[in-house]
Amino acid sequence: MEANIFQYDFIVKGLLGAIFASITAGLAGSYVVSKRMVFLSGGITHASFGGIGIGYFLGINPVVGAAVFGIMAALGVEYLSVKQKIREDSAIGILWAFGMAIGIIFIYLTPGYTPNLMSYLFGSILTVTNADLIALGTMSLILILYFSIFYRTILYISFDEVFARTYSSYVNLFKYFTTSLIALTIVLNIRMAGVVLVISLLTIPPNIAMLFTKIYFKIVVWSILAGFAGTATGYVISYFAGIPVGATIIFTLVIIWVIAKGISQLLMILSKRKK
Amino acid sequence: MHSLSASYGAVTVLNDVNFTVSENDFIGVIGPNGGGKTTLLKIILGLLKPVKGEIVFNTELLDGNRIGYLPQMSTGDINYPVTVNDIVLSGLMIRKGIISRMTSSDKKKARMVIDELGLSEMSGSTINELSGGQMQRVFLGRAIIGDPKLLLLDEPGNFVDTTFENDFYEKLRDLNKRMAILMVSHDVGTISAHIKSFACVNRSLHYHPSHEITDEDLLAYGCPIQLVTHGAVPHTVLKHHK
Repeated sequence: MEANIFQYDFIVKGLLGAIFASITAGLAGSYVVSKRMVFLSGGITHASFGGIGIGYFLGINPVVGAAVFGIMAALGVEYLSVKQKIREDSAIGILWAFGMAIGIIFIYLTPGYTPNLMSYLFGSILTVTNADLIALGTMSLILILYFSIFYRTILYISFDEVFARTYSSYVNLFKYFTTSLIALTIVLNIRMAGVVLVISLLTIPPNIAMLFTKIYFKIVVWSILAGFAGTATGYVISYFAGIPVGATIIFTLVIIWVIAKGISQLLMILSKRKK
Repeated sequence: MHSLSASYGAVTVLNDVNFTVSENDFIGVIGPNGGGKTTLLKIILGLLKPVKGEIVFNTELLDGNRIGYLPQMSTGDINYPVTVNDIVLSGLMIRKGIISRMTSSDKKKARMVIDELGLSEMSGSTINELSGGQMQRVFLGRAIIGDPKLLLLDEPGNFVDTTFENDFYEKLRDLNKRMAILMVSHDVGTISAHIKSFACVNRSLHYHPSHEITDEDLLAYGCPIQLVTHGAVPHTVLKHHK
């Protein structure tokens, strides 16, 4: 069988996209979920839409704009809540909507063609470029290196920041740097799942993993595997059913989560009976 | 470790505090809420910089790294997916750089500490599977794994249930043979009989070298008072100060 360009694109983009998305989202997601930063991550995602709008308006790569906005939002929330004493969830809510507003305004102001808004809001693998894949692949590598080199430092700071300060003066540096990496991860995955849906790419896999293990390292590994299962399956289904890929991936992940929840309940009942 | 003289804050929490902790001291730090007890610990730990004054460590005994710290329970997220073993190991981070691999001797040391605290069966459990008393022992393990010469305890009575309290204080007495202990407590009521001396902190610090009481002190209450205890309950009454 001769593979035409479209099939090649489908397989390579799909496979690489699924692998990189599940690695980055699994590593970042385990951190975010364990540390209860899901709402902050949602804020970062939506705020980054402002960068997409400005990117279009200025004619630069929207992903670059989104990355800048994402990191600024992450650090902005920290600044507003710690230095300005604004409640953290309120600060997130404000930057969340502000970013979306800026995005819409600048896309509206951009002369000429209207960009495909839907693909940014809900994701589309067809808009994923080779450059996007390279960026996501690089990010996978960076996150793997970062989390394996600094595993214990990151784990201990997340678990008990106050105690960590008694032995390290790098606590804030690590917090900000990790949060910035999370913001970048989210932004690069927007191409896959879209602004509205990307947060569940980070939150569902760790929640599947946490049904079966409570050990951080295992949560990361299982998140990546669960994420890959959901992303790849969703991608294939969306192709054959002709429905939007981002939504299908999230839908598949939720189904996996429901099934996993059922299995873990069953295991719990069985282990109780044994006793 | 030698003299500590520090005051701190835009609102002065501690004012002109002077005192010395020597080897194998067991000092109870008592005083009202907001009196500066925790601030005192934070300054010793280097979490807060004193506005005035300084802390001088005897570098032969204490290179600044040899301080164990048992915080109030609320500092850690008890639902975080981290095991007992990992928490105890985190007490070694003080010696490790930020790029830290635990060696097999580190892990052996952690097993020893965990066994010593009677937590062997729990070492693979996550922190939220433990009872309050067990959690406290885990955090004590984290504080002592580095063989500190000074152990700081912040209101350990807070999350220990009474059944564990005696065990816990017995453990502290054992540890006291190896290290000086500085224990912050809400009130005299829950404080252990093993304490050798007291420091009262309420903006300023008064040091009581030993268990003591005089008639004069009782008169200072301004009304006739009675101390009611059953004979077996150890108690200590301190000299009055302003």
